[in-house]
Amino acid sequence: MADTVDIKSTRSVKRFLAEQMRNIAPVFTLIVLILFFSLQSPVFFTLDNALNILANSSITGIIAVGLTFVILTAEIDLSVAAIANAIGITVAFFTMQPEYVNINTWPMYGGLAIILTLLAAFGLGSVTAFGVTVIGIPSFIMTLAMMQIADGLSAVLVRGQIAYNFPDFIVMLGSGKVFGLRWSIIVCLIFLLVAHLVLKYTRFGRYVYMVGGNREAAEYSGVNVKLIIASVMIISAMCSGIAGMIGVAYFGSAQQNGFNDFLLTAIAAVVLGGTSLFGGRGGIGNTIVGLLVLGVLNNGLDLIQIDSFLKILIRGLILLAALVINVYAQKLKESSG
Amino acid sequence: MDSLENNDGGTLVPPLQDGSPLLEMRAVTKRFGGIAALNSVDFSILEGEIHGLVGENGAGKSTMMKIIAGVHADFEGEMFVAGQPAQFHSARDALKAGIGMVHQELSIVPDLSVAENVFLGHQPVRAGGIIDWGYMNRTAREQIASLGLEIDPTKRMGSLPVGLQQLVELSRVLFSGARIIILDEPTSALSPPEVARLFDALRQLRAQGRSIIFISHFLDDVLEISDRVTVFRNGHKVATTPAAELTKDEVIAQMIGRGSAEMTMGEETELCGDDSHPVVVEVRGIGDGMALKDVSLSLRRGEITGVYGFMGCGQIELSRALFGKGNLRSGQVFLEGSPVRFRTTATARRAGIAYVPENRRMMLFRTEPVFKNVSIAILDRIARLVLRPKEEQRITGNHIEDLQIRPPRTDIALGNLSGGNQQKVALAKWLTHLPKALILVEPTRGMDVGAKEDVIRIVKSLRDKGVAILVLSTEPETILTLADRVTVMKKGLVAREFTTGHLEKADLLAAA
Ligand SMILES: Nc1ncnc2c1ncn2[C@@H]1O[C@H](COP(=O)(O)OP(=O)(O)O)[C@@H](O)[C@H]1O
Ligand SMILES: [Mg+2]
Repeated sequence: MADTVDIKSTRSVKRFLAEQMRNIAPVFTLIVLILFFSLQSPVFFTLDNALNILANSSITGIIAVGLTFVILTAEIDLSVAAIANAIGITVAFFTMQPEYVNINTWPMYGGLAIILTLLAAFGLGSVTAFGVTVIGIPSFIMTLAMMQIADGLSAVLVRGQIAYNFPDFIVMLGSGKVFGLRWSIIVCLIFLLVAHLVLKYTRFGRYVYMVGGNREAAEYSGVNVKLIIASVMIISAMCSGIAGMIGVAYFGSAQQNGFNDFLLTAIAAVVLGGTSLFGGRGGIGNTIVGLLVLGVLNNGLDLIQIDSFLKILIRGLILLAALVINVYAQKLKESSG
Repeated sequence: MDSLENNDGGTLVPPLQDGSPLLEMRAVTKRFGGIAALNSVDFSILEGEIHGLVGENGAGKSTMMKIIAGVHADFEGEMFVAGQPAQFHSARDALKAGIGMVHQELSIVPDLSVAENVFLGHQPVRAGGIIDWGYMNRTAREQIASLGLEIDPTKRMGSLPVGLQQLVELSRVLFSGARIIILDEPTSALSPPEVARLFDALRQLRAQGRSIIFISHFLDDVLEISDRVTVFRNGHKVATTPAAELTKDEVIAQMIGRGSAEMTMGEETELCGDDSHPVVVEVRGIGDGMALKDVSLSLRRGEITGVYGFMGCGQIELSRALFGKGNLRSGQVFLEGSPVRFRTTATARRAGIAYVPENRRMMLFRTEPVFKNVSIAILDRIARLVLRPKEEQRITGNHIEDLQIRPPRTDIALGNLSGGNQQKVALAKWLTHLPKALILVEPTRGMDVGAKEDVIRIVKSLRDKGVAILVLSTEPETILTLADRVTVMKKGLVAREFTTGHLEKADLLAAA
């Protein structure tokens, strides 16, 4: 009897570590980075710079919220950046542009433009959802195709031009401030908060985790797995679309390839934070840490005047380390039951 | 027939002059972790004979064959090939000595072509290391044709129905030039004409002096094709008898050891099917165009209907179809009199069907706490939008108490529970709101005696509460312990129905 208890307790210690490694490693990384950059640069540890980091992370953050849902179900969405761009361009397309911009637009009342644009994002998400769940195309391939489609839409709509005007409301969210805080940060925080509540406290959120944890078991428990997968793909497209609208206003322009960096950054944020690539583990808390790690890293590397080529390499290495921990934590977890 | 010639050289065993056995196993004992799967078994094969080998699941047939084929190198006892002591360290060694085996589990590569599968591991190579595709495709086509089949050898293996895959795999070993060919349950997925073609090929091989060991649950087949039949029971050899001197009933008696041993639980039962019980689920002539051909049966309120059949008889597909998984091509399902068609498991669940698949992994979340495992199937009843974990824990706590799940905790990860307790959790998820019909696939497989009895008690009490229960199993004991009426399935069809009266294992084996 004593034996079995011992075995159980060492097993549960191992499991505890496995579980916590996923959460502790990113936080530890974040603290080390903050300490390092604070020592290296006098301006790093200031309120202004902190707000800077948050502002620069806010668009990625909104995309990463949707992606967190997708990755929790063990799917992937490679179309997030392309959809963000296409939707940012779409909202510009529904807005009167300056005369020197040579684009055929359909200007309309701002509120209507926003609603139509949101519908477009919903439409793109629905196409992905249909392909993945009804036709059965793996999400990796389906969203790759969607990436091309969205890029194509962007190209057709702007035709190499740059659009500068957006609905007022969007401009406010993208570049406006309230009490000295950028609206984009507030929007991102709201998205994070709502997503966290949905994932942790609603039935839908539970299904997302269970589908990611063991899809077959969810199906044999009478969960409509396809409906859940379809929903997360649409949620991801909607988040990307909204990030795209706010993003073009944040940048001040909409153009082809405007969001090129965001695919990698958003996936990196989710994975760096410790959400399992195999689904079922992690969540918004992890994504927040991941966003901060990336934000601090990018900001800090700029401040300490490092060779910009080296910067890309360092980002790559840190991402690799995160992947190793991610997969290793999963293995540890499986072997400890 | 030319195509039955070897395709890679001659055999390595010298021909035998007298009638001494080509292969002889003496006093073979094989233990797995202390438990003997074979107990001092003698077994021998003559040149140019088809030797049938039968016995219940777990009798040790596959273990003996794996020893002969070099898969299990470590065993006690002696082995002689053509009178010479032999010792194989690997399947490759056995193959070199002219012994080839088709394993019970298909070992094909679905993403390779049919020809590549036929030549798996020994592709014909031309000078310069180039694979001779022309030769490969031509030969594969000829070999398959000699089994009476027209298959394009460049087709993807995975695109063929399972029966054809099995024949292609068979052809791989049949034409390897092996002198002793072992077929471990090769016909489970084959249709009658396919079986007939296989038998023709086996007879031709026999005419060439090859020896064949043929393992099957289909006793009629075994008696038809074999020269001699050996029966294993429980790790022992019962007898080897010329097939001409045996009847099916005698074989069954040898398999289950009638007469000597006293009847134990699960050996026999008195059925009590009652047609006055209202029908809850009626299945009329359903088929999926593959393993499931044409099955009709009724699940009645307050009754346990058992479905017995060998592996691959279509019972898994039948159970899936009733729970909204799998594509029905024909037939109709009625729930309480009205036609239903479940497109998802979610609709089946909401209509009142509960399902426990054959493998616990398929319905449990090992890393999640027990209460989430239980509540997943009733979440929409507990919470429309916002979860109520306290309520989930309370409900789970009740089930834990009722079913005596150990340890009695709702919040530990399910993976910490023993197999029997996990199975109880799998049942518990359907018990909060009694389902109209409960479908159980292999509900007691691989469980220890205590847990088995608990599960049996739970299932029977559900029946007494009015649930219509369907139990599907390949183990006669499970069916005989639980069922009030029994349907025997065979190759996608209903072979026999038993409603009332005495039923024993031999009847099930004879019908399947
Ligand atoms: N690799 C293995 N490890 C442990 N036990 C095994 C293994 N293979 C077979 N056994 C056990 O040996 C016994 C005989 O199995 P097997 O030879 O497969 O029976 P059969 O083919 O007659 O159905 C069974 O009790 C089975 O559980
Ligand atoms: Mg076997």
